[in-house]
Amino acid sequence: MITHQHEAVIIGAGLAGMRAAIEVAKTGQDCAVLSKIFPSRSHSSAAQGGTGASLGNLDDDNWEFHMFDTVKGSDYLGDQDAAEILAKEAPEVIYELEHMGAPFSRTPEGKIAQRKFGGHTLNFGEKPALRACYAADYTGHVLLHTLFEQCIKYGIRFYAEFQVVHLIVKDNVCRGVVAWDVRHGGLHLFRAKATMFATGGYGRAFRITTNAHANTGDGLNLVMRTGLPLEDMEFVQFHPTGIYRNGILMTEGARGEGAYLLNKDGERFMKRYAPTLMELGPRDLVARSIQTEINKGRGCQTEEQKKQGIPGDHVYLDLTHLGEARLREVLPQIFELARNFAGVDPAKEPTPIQPTAHYSMGGIPVTINGEVIYNADNDSVRGLYAAGECACISVHGANRLGCNSTLDATLNGRRTGRTIAKHLPDLIYEELPDDEPEKAEIEMDWYFKADGSENVADIRNELQDTMMQNCAIFRKGEELKTQLDIVRELQERYQNIGLQDKSQAFNTEVMEAMELGHLLAFSEVIVYGALERKESRGAHSRTDYPDRDDKNWLKHTLAYREPDGKIRLEFKPVVITRFQPKERKY
Amino acid sequence: MKKTYRIFRFDSAKPKQKHYDTFKVETAKGETVLDVLIEIKAHHDGSLVFRRSCRHGICGSCAMQINGLNMLACETQVEMLKDNTITVDPLPGFKPIRDLAVDMDPFYEKLHSILPFLINPDSPPTDKERLQSEEDHRKIELATSCILCGGCTSSCPSFWADKDYLGPAALLKAYRYVFDTRDVGLNERLPMLDNKHGLWRCHTIMNCNDACPKHIFPTEDISHLKRKVVEEKY
Repeated sequence: MITHQHEAVIIGAGLAGMRAAIEVAKTGQDCAVLSKIFPSRSHSSAAQGGTGASLGNLDDDNWEFHMFDTVKGSDYLGDQDAAEILAKEAPEVIYELEHMGAPFSRTPEGKIAQRKFGGHTLNFGEKPALRACYAADYTGHVLLHTLFEQCIKYGIRFYAEFQVVHLIVKDNVCRGVVAWDVRHGGLHLFRAKATMFATGGYGRAFRITTNAHANTGDGLNLVMRTGLPLEDMEFVQFHPTGIYRNGILMTEGARGEGAYLLNKDGERFMKRYAPTLMELGPRDLVARSIQTEINKGRGCQTEEQKKQGIPGDHVYLDLTHLGEARLREVLPQIFELARNFAGVDPAKEPTPIQPTAHYSMGGIPVTINGEVIYNADNDSVRGLYAAGECACISVHGANRLGCNSTLDATLNGRRTGRTIAKHLPDLIYEELPDDEPEKAEIEMDWYFKADGSENVADIRNELQDTMMQNCAIFRKGEELKTQLDIVRELQERYQNIGLQDKSQAFNTEVMEAMELGHLLAFSEVIVYGALERKESRGAHSRTDYPDRDDKNWLKHTLAYREPDGKIRLEFKPVVITRFQPKERKY
Repeated sequence: MKKTYRIFRFDSAKPKQKHYDTFKVETAKGETVLDVLIEIKAHHDGSLVFRRSCRHGICGSCAMQINGLNMLACETQVEMLKDNTITVDPLPGFKPIRDLAVDMDPFYEKLHSILPFLINPDSPPTDKERLQSEEDHRKIELATSCILCGGCTSSCPSFWADKDYLGPAALLKAYRYVFDTRDVGLNERLPMLDNKHGLWRCHTIMNCNDACPKHIFPTEDISHLKRKVVEEKY
């Protein structure tokens, strides 16, 4: 096994990982970034509509409104100390990105352009705020490339196409990771004083998703396998507007620019669910509203469905009244995506859409400074950090607002990078327990010898289909119990997979098998948490427990994997400072 | 619809055994060449190697040659391809590693060499953005949508002839910064741009314009860059 030593090792090269790396490198300390794909391929690039900050370039915005909206959007499960930091530091983080060279769209005065986004309001809910700072509908893409280019400037060492296989934590001290060199084959041990996860979300557990093939939540399971907990995993956000049948994102910025949602009668049905904000309600509410329209028989039908008398299973996103010129100017990517993946000209006809698994509110529990914690008292693991979508601070609580994710990733990536830079002088290269790196060898051996009868793609498809059926927007106890059995049965079958490719170099079949192992492990945690949480809050909506239950459930779940493989839940109180929970109306 | 796919197979460990494998795959309306590759890997041959991630044209992983043209597999719908046999090759001009995956390191090295970051020694304003007019922003906007898929550079005959040529992707990035009103780094970039493997290797063949999945016209931006360098230096 080849050994490397870096003071800080960051896993994941999206917005959070690269933003953190820059902060460490700025202090002259040694930092390396591992990523299973090239940094510029990271899924942050798929963020479209904008990054929230109360710059007030086009209205009278301020950070308190942003904080309130974030807390209300979270259905009061978000920790308010984290929400306050997010809202307060956002303008500084945006200006800094602009100073780095991020090519934001501009207002007529030459300032950063801002647009409306779901759930973002002025004056505590009065009317929509222009808060999302954008670069057309390529915001995530330009931010990712800007940060990648800054990493080049700072000479940060990348290990691209390295897949982490094993995280070494013992006695609540992190000692580094073992990674597989995908391109050449072979295990590499990375000893580090500080290790950070920035590995993104877990949307690939679902059939219909905006997420990239790479979003298999590897980091979450790597952390959980060491005995550390995951927080609030039951909260999975469904974005209201994914392209029908393939789930590809159509930004909320489309509605921010004025697009309508229509049912089969051509009615703007959001008036029934969010009379003030209409299409700009928060995502959980809009996704539920769409699903309710479909469930009540008001969904739109394809020609084929009409012929066969099958009820409609999608609704329309109508952009036609915006006109082709405006679409091409402010939503050029949406314009292309509708043509390439929905087969419609969005300037002339409405685009068929359906809710799509999008964002993972749950993740690796961290303090407001990005330190990974191991219990409900916020005690942290020495030398282990996390930020971005794989982490749970928790700032998004039960439902994240649009344009708060690229903000969370850059802002908390920066904060976590600063924490690491500050801690490094007091951290050492910890001793490696004898048997630890070998665990990675045993695991890789298992893949290369796997010659069972089960097919990786089939198990993955069954997992995604059944998660979609039983654990998506509306959930019910019985269905969740069924799903828990299904996931456990798939885990059993996974033990008997067979792989054809025995090459060491560029063996993507082994990589996909490894990713499936992670998907199966944390999907069980999602379902388990969803079954235990007997209330409806934010993105977690139980038809058998339709109300929010603050008395029993205003708390975070911490899920541990016990040595015998069972899941155990602990609970962590929500931090409430400025805004007491109240009924959530839009 | 059922079509035949001829897929290039290669393993750098056994370079002499390169060949094509043929698969027959059924696809539904709207399915893409990437969907076909995923299906082949799932149920025909698990050892097929290709890169992919976002599957909607923003990550830039799956650029490859489809029926002789550089395209993103994820954006290429099968029904748009007229032939019944579809040939899939790795991006030309780059060293193949396995099957459809090529060595992108030289591509990235060239990108690094043109200093792809904002150069401006003046401190930016505190607690404010630098101002830039909408018009000035528009000059670089299209160039900033480059996804670094490599399709343009790989399609360029000048690059095939001179592997040290920066290529359209790196030059486009240089354009994106040189023409950014906030940047003053032209002189620092000049040695890389103004040499025999730099700007002047572009002979306006324009293959890059056809290859770009984001509808950028690198040739046009490279021409602007040439003019700028002439004005600056001569």
